[in-house]
Parts: sequence; structure tokens; C-alpha cells
Amino acid sequence: MAVAIAPPEQPGWFHLVGIHLRKDLRIEWRSREAIHSMIFFALLVVVLFSMAFDPTAAASREIAGGVLCVATLFASVSALNQAWSREIRHDVLDALRMTPADRSAIFVAKVLANFFFVTVVQALLAPVFFIFYNLRPLGNGWLLLAIVPLGTWALVANGTFFAALSIRSRNRELLLPLILFPIFLPALLAMVLAVKTILTGDGSDPHLLWLKMLAGYDIIFMTVSLLLFDTVLHAE
Amino acid sequence: MTETEHDPSQPSSHPPSPSPGQPAPLSATTPVAQLDDLSRLFGSFAALRRIQYTFLPGKCYVLLGENGAGKSTLLRILAGLLPPSHGTITLFGSFTPAQACGRIGYMSHAPMLYDELTGVENLAYFAALYPRSQTLAPELALQQVGLDPALPRKVGQYSQGMRQRASLARVLMAQPELLLLDEPFSNMDIQSAHQMVALLDKLRQPGRTVVLTTHQRELALPIADCMLTLHAGQIASEGSAHRP
Repeated sequence: MAVAIAPPEQPGWFHLVGIHLRKDLRIEWRSREAIHSMIFFALLVVVLFSMAFDPTAAASREIAGGVLCVATLFASVSALNQAWSREIRHDVLDALRMTPADRSAIFVAKVLANFFFVTVVQALLAPVFFIFYNLRPLGNGWLLLAIVPLGTWALVANGTFFAALSIRSRNRELLLPLILFPIFLPALLAMVLAVKTILTGDGSDPHLLWLKMLAGYDIIFMTVSLLLFDTVLHAE
Repeated sequence: MTETEHDPSQPSSHPPSPSPGQPAPLSATTPVAQLDDLSRLFGSFAALRRIQYTFLPGKCYVLLGENGAGKSTLLRILAGLLPPSHGTITLFGSFTPAQACGRIGYMSHAPMLYDELTGVENLAYFAALYPRSQTLAPELALQQVGLDPALPRKVGQYSQGMRQRASLARVLMAQPELLLLDEPFSNMDIQSAHQMVALLDKLRQPGRTVVLTTHQRELALPIADCMLTLHAGQIASEGSAHRP
């Protein structure tokens, strides 16, 4: 009599993402390395810009979107550079590579964790930013709740992927911004212009084209990153 | 221990494996790993050169050799962490290392654990990445290597010997059929190293193959079935160890 042996049950993909995410959040909660460096850096950029310029309220609305995005970008790079450092230290990445679980879950969890960290920083930064620049959105301010997360996702998805790509490089801390900034440029442009349109209320984007562009950018780059991540992880 | 010169051009005297692609018969003689004309180049430097060898199940192989002889490279290729430049590697009869990754345990010089988590937290995390029916409970795996699962200390605060043990527990937790240990006695005092040898001896199971690298030949002698000496990327000699 033939005996069918059922293959051992593999953990589901969403379950795996949850496992990796819990681990990343737990480690960050204990060390607070990424979030502290991001908060101080972002605050510094916002305060320095407000000291360096003394704009009128109208001029503030013109430049505030750019300052917010650049502050987020620079602050995020310091954290994204460390995104895989715990996996490189003590060869943990090799142990992860040897597990039978789907490796794309590691990437998605890392993106979610970084997204959470950057969002926390933005939430802390927003009141300071509005006070220092004396801002009040003249357009539909609620749209910021869609634009900022979409732009942030573009940043962390690309940043996490390119950080993984550069982990075996000796100059990885320099390499990441060199690769990330040009690739992120279309998303940065869309984010800055969308924020400016809302702050100034100029009605120049009635069809929310910049918002749609951000969403499209996110879908394309996330898909490409997911497809290529396993290859990047196993590259020697 | 008896030792003979190994001719790399000749296959070892072990029985041949089934051709790749065919289902592997689950017998005690199915080779765990079959290396066929295996080479690994780093640029122009050949770390491994045309290695032909068969690892049989249930045996403990000790790889000896000076630094740069190719021991760690061979282990990383067996683990599927490094692709060979030339030649093939067949595991468990008909699998590539990538296909068989869940059946291989690899312990490197580094502990391969997160410093910020405790031993149990680390093991619970890795256990969740394997099929549940395959793994040992993290607490049990830690007890097997003589560590207290209730220890609240993070792995970053462990001593070197404790880290090595925790790393071994991580490997054992997945109950691998092929256990690859790269310098398991490195950075250990002599007492801890002897404890590790005793532990490895205790953890040997029928059907589990162990391949370990070391510079400390005398230390590994009690657990070795076969000693292989690598020189300049080739198996220079093969000797059977007579275990007490």
C-alpha cells in the first residue's frame, strides 16, 4: 500500500511578513538607533532652513513642500543605511537565506518597518514644521494624508531595496544615496509639487495627477523590487 | 587514525549516487552530498580545485587544513550560500543546495543571531520560518546545548562560548540532516572547546551527517569518522578515524 506523506506545512506569506515585522519593531524598540537619528536629523534640517531664510507666509508655502520632503529624505537615508546592518552583523543574513521560507517576506517587512519609523518621524516633525513656517494649507489639507504616505512609501521601498543591493559594498553608506537619489527624483518631484499645490491652494492640479503619479511609481517600483529581491539577496 | 593520499581525479570509493532529477531512494547508503569536479574561483584565485567527493549519511567528517585551504568555501558551497564556479553538487540524492536548504544546518564563525534579542527570542524567530512540524521547541533546543532558556540576557551580552552554543541551538532546532560547522571551537578556551566536543558527540544521531572544519585536529578526533585534509583547494589526504 502506498503511503502518501504530506509535505510539512509552510508558514503563510502574510504570517511570515508579520514574523519579520514584529522582530524588526522589537529590535528597534530596544535599541531606538534608527528613530533617534532620524528625529534629530529631520529636526535639524527644518530648524536650519527656517533660520537660514526668513520668508513671507506666501513664500513659505512655496518652499515648505520641498523642505519637508528633503528633510524626510535626508533623515531617512541615515536609517535606510542601517536597514540591513543587523542582518550583516554576525552573518544573520546567511541564516535567513538558508531558511525554506519565502525571502520576499523579509523585504516587505523591512519596508513596512522603515515606513513606520519614517511616519513616526513625520508625525513628530509636522507640528514643528507648521509652527516654524507659519503654515496653513489653503487647498484641501486632507489630501496630505494620501500624498505624504505615498511619497514615503516610494522612498522607503526604493531605499530598502537599494540598501540590500549595496550591503556587500565597502562604501555602502556613500553608495546608497548615489543610487537612491536619482531613482527617487520623479517621486520627490511629484511629492513636492503635490504638497505645494495643497499649501498654496493654487488649483493647478485639479485632477490630482501628481498623486496618481506617486501611486503608479509606488506600484511599479515595489513590484520590480519584489521580483528582484531574491536575486539581490543571493548575489555574491 | 589511518590516512591515505587522495587522488582528486578518481571518485571516492563510496557508492555512486542516483542521477540528478531522479527521486532519491531513502536508504542509508544514499549520499548526503556528492561533489563532482567542484571548483570555486575568486577572481583568478582558485579556492577549490576540481574536488570529487561523496559524503555518506550518519558520518562525522572533519576538514583540516591551513588558512586559505578552502575549508570554509567548501562548507559555504555545501550550505548553498556560495555557488560553485565549475562542477556540480548534489544533495540527498537529487537536490541542489537551494532545494535542500531546509534540510541543512550551517554554523559559521559568527553566531548568526541578533544581539538585541534573547536566546529564546532568536530561536523562536528562526523556528517560525520553518515548517512547524520540522522544528524543535526553542526552549528544548537551548537545553540540548546546555543553555538556560529562561536566561533574560540578550545574545549580545553572552560570552563567546555561550554564543557558539546558542548558534548551535539555532542550527539544531531545525533538525537538519546535514550539519555544517565552520570552526565550532574557534575563540573558545580549552574547557569550553572540550564541552563543545562532548556536546557534538552527544547530539550525533543515526542518519545525521556532520561536516566540521577546525585547526584543532586533536580536539575533533574523538568525534571524527573521517578526516579530510585540504591543501590549496584540493583534498590532499583522507583518513578514517578510529573512534573510541
